[in-house]
Amino acid sequence: MRIIVPIKQVPETSSVRMDEQTGTMVRDGVEAIVNPLDLYAIETALRLRDARGGRVTCLSMGPPAAERALREALSMGCDDAALLSDSAFAGSDTWATSYALAAAVRKLGACDLILCGERATDGDTGQVGPGIAAWLNLPVVTYVGRVERVGEGRIRVRRLVEAGCEILDAALPCVLTVVKAIAAPRLPTLRGKQRARTADVPRWGPGDPDVDADKLGLSGSPTRVVNIFRPTVARQCELLPAGDAPGVEAAAERFAAFLREKELL
Amino acid sequence: MAIGPELPGADLAELIERGADAVVAVEDERLRHFDLERYAACLGRLIRQRRPEIVIAAATTTGRTLMPYVAVTVDAGLTADCTVLDIDAETGRLLQTRPAIGGHILATIATPTHRPQMATVRPHSTPPAARDAARRGEIERLAADDLPESRVRRVDFLPDDEEGGIQDAERVVAVGRGIKRADNIAIVRDLADALGAALGATREVVDRGWLSYPHQIGLSGKTITPKLYVGVGVSGSIQHLAGMQTAETIVAINSDPDAQLFRVADLGIVGDLFEVVPKLTERVRLGVEIA
Ligand SMILES: Cc1cc2nc3c(=O)[nH]c(=O)nc-3n(C[C@H](O)[C@H](O)[C@H](O)COP(=O)(O)OP(=O)(O)OC[C@H]3O[C@@H](n4cnc5c(N)ncnc54)[C@H](O)[C@@H]3O)c2cc1C
Ligand SMILES: Nc1ncnc2c1ncn2[C@@H]1O[C@H](COP(=O)(O)O)[C@@H](O)[C@H]1O
Repeated sequence: MRIIVPIKQVPETSSVRMDEQTGTMVRDGVEAIVNPLDLYAIETALRLRDARGGRVTCLSMGPPAAERALREALSMGCDDAALLSDSAFAGSDTWATSYALAAAVRKLGACDLILCGERATDGDTGQVGPGIAAWLNLPVVTYVGRVERVGEGRIRVRRLVEAGCEILDAALPCVLTVVKAIAAPRLPTLRGKQRARTADVPRWGPGDPDVDADKLGLSGSPTRVVNIFRPTVARQCELLPAGDAPGVEAAAERFAAFLREKELL
Repeated sequence: MAIGPELPGADLAELIERGADAVVAVEDERLRHFDLERYAACLGRLIRQRRPEIVIAAATTTGRTLMPYVAVTVDAGLTADCTVLDIDAETGRLLQTRPAIGGHILATIATPTHRPQMATVRPHSTPPAARDAARRGEIERLAADDLPESRVRRVDFLPDDEEGGIQDAERVVAVGRGIKRADNIAIVRDLADALGAALGATREVVDRGWLSYPHQIGLSGKTITPKLYVGVGVSGSIQHLAGMQTAETIVAINSDPDAQLFRVADLGIVGDLFEVVPKLTERVRLGVEIA
């Protein structure tokens, strides 16, 4: 199987700190990592390839430094990688990002599957996968929690939805976005790391895949961020100390009375 | 706009009673279940024909799949997972506010030139509009004649046999890592039962496998707007708050007086949950008996 995995490099948000004064993100010392949710897409791709043969190509759009994310994917066992990187792509929203990635997928040639993460942990939108499918006019299944089987130009998957899971049969080629439940990502191997260090990662600009410059970057993006601010929280909390047995007793009493005041008891 | 097989008139009328001026129902047996290519064809066609300024859908698994696909086909801007929508008084533009960077910031996004302006909205981020039986509006039923062949076939559906969902619950008791072990959750479950509440959890609890993912409240879980939220051993991280701070009444139980959850709470009990929670349960049971 020929599989393409679009991966994004993101800041490690769980360690993100905010500057209280300016309300901006403190970027110093924040590491750039492979979007954690893309590791599940990579793992799924590698398992399919290991079972059925073929090739896994990783694709990323981002600054030149995003090459590191691609090398990490190579060290996990992906076969090759390509980076879309040029100032023309900078500032793209999900519409423009999926446009550029779809063009890169076309340039890579015929494939059977495009496997995306559920969403990127920085923007947190989950829109790029379905967007790529729309640009390429491919079927898409989102929130895939399991691949049931592959065969005869079709793939059968489980899609996790609100009240349960759907079993769906999709024609290949198609786009899948996968959730964590699908597989535990493997770690890079020593051999993989060695190979990744020297592998050739081509860097493509807007001339490489054939794209319409009007649809790229900030100017090609329909949406604009117009304001950024810190969430504020303000309620008056009635605090009850319950450090000892009488305190606990009194707090329980007050809890019940409070619920009655609110007509909850 | 409602998409489905023959849709019950009462449901369409409810949309009017809750504020719609007109309802367009696109009906076909082949639209019984969510089928992206067919739903996208229906929504895309309606957008091209009626040229709406704004298209809003719920940020459910369906909305989060349909909207980005359609946004590309109709050249529209789309903002995911909004928690607040507003109209700019000067420009008339839709202002779409959503959490970003793991909930550390809120970003307001606009779509200056492309139309329609599309957004998905987190379920329960605002309470539903009240019903007004006196409201009148037009209901239009359309047949979906030329639906495309779909390349994805639905073979089966396996419903979750999970206990009561947190999303629609009027009361939710949430448990955090302070509970320390899966076995201990029983004491929180007792409190939830006594209150007639559903059981929710933080990501720490779900990641450890103590409760399953459908229980997760927060940025990467569910957004809830219950009448009562009780957080037990929950620190109140910004990502958790993103999923519950619109609850009507919030109670926090935590041994750390500086826990963030107290900042959004109406009532806070500073103490050891293992001492406090059984007493609360006892008190609530007593209260229920007296009443
Ligand atoms: C991109 C991203 C998305 C995320 N999405 C979510 C999400 O959707 N939902 C979510 O919940 N989290 C989410 N998180 C994780 C979040 O940052 C926190 O790690 C998590 O909410 C903390 O869970 P907790 O309150 O259970 O644990 P902790 O932060 O460890 O808090 C445990 C609390 O228990 C208290 N405690 C300990 N012992 C006792 C005792 N005996 N009695 C009383 N209190 C006690 C402690 O004082 C502490 O306040 C996300 C993080 C990221 C980066
Ligand atoms: N810049 C990018 N480069 C490569 N893949 C991306 C990029 N942005 C998003 N993706 C893919 O699309 C998925 C959803 O991202 P998002 O819509 O940004 O939340 C990610 O998990 C990736 O698989």
